[in-house]
Amino acid sequence: MSDVVHDFTADPLAWRPYLTPVVLDEATPAQREALKETPSNTKISDYVLVLAHDPESLGQRTPLFNGIMYGRGGLSRAERELGATAASVVNRCIYCVSVHAGRYISLAKQPEVIAAVFDGTEATLGARDRAIVGYATRLALNPPQATAEDMRALRAAGLSELEILDLTLSVAVFGWANRLMHPLGEAIRPGIHPNAA
Amino acid sequence: MPNVIERLIGAAPGSPVAEAMAARAALLDASQANYDAVLTPEDPGGLSQPLRFALAARVARLGGDAQLAAHYEVDGALPEEDARMAAILRHVDLIAATPREATRADIAALQAAGVATGDIVRLSQLIAFVSFQLRLIAGLRLMGAAP
Repeated sequence: MSDVVHDFTADPLAWRPYLTPVVLDEATPAQREALKETPSNTKISDYVLVLAHDPESLGQRTPLFNGIMYGRGGLSRAERELGATAASVVNRCIYCVSVHAGRYISLAKQPEVIAAVFDGTEATLGARDRAIVGYATRLALNPPQATAEDMRALRAAGLSELEILDLTLSVAVFGWANRLMHPLGEAIRPGIHPNAA
Repeated sequence: MPNVIERLIGAAPGSPVAEAMAARAALLDASQANYDAVLTPEDPGGLSQPLRFALAARVARLGGDAQLAAHYEVDGALPEEDARMAAILRHVDLIAATPREATRADIAALQAAGVATGDIVRLSQLIAFVSFQLRLIAGLRLMGAAP
């Protein structure tokens, strides 16, 4: 389909599911309960409505995801987004990349870091960004390839143990999100799709 | 009661990794709630509990984590293989190991083998949750190993 996007971008995209989303008016009580845990009051996305086919998992996943990405203290929000973006690049979740690369850039104002992640040229980055991207990339691979050397680089770059755990959680939760969003749908150009979230 | 991840990691009390885990206890508890939701749900749909544990063990093995695989294998059992089960196993292997290769055709293959929409989502959450869990465990082990 010609509107499908296959290349990494930090610009906004839309997402089109391969499965039929739950129709809100026909949702079961369990599905309605799970949908209350969605992150915002805006129109519920097709992604969340697809996941509502398994309400028990959706209801538990949303608070965990939000706690990992937006919880207080520890690693900065921007660096959590950087870990999420690096993992999403490994798993080629084009839609996930567009969202989280975009958020990183608006928080950190460093588009060159995202460009390096897209190009695989993170060796050119400063020590802290390089350590974060290197660890995130290798932890996202299957099987995970992160090593004690990655851990040394993170600590040498000044990350605390709590920051390293927060980074690990963000990469891990994108090992999860990427395995939903990419296999269950496709990234498309936004704007002309009334059903796209 | 320690949750599954805390038991598998067994961090020494007072160690830096144990302190970081304590600071994120709410997230580890939320991870356990997700474990319960995908391994022992109240409504398992078309994926029985023994099948879920067997598939979780498969994801853990593909992720190179023998300890996590052993944890799941205890309660896992695969039913006799038919076309539906073969499609499920193929999908587990694809999404656990090489999610970047997934396309629309892989969902169509599950549908053609008779896997219902709800079960496709349940299966996806199971694979994805164990993929999360094994990366969290891998990171925590590295944190605990290096001083």
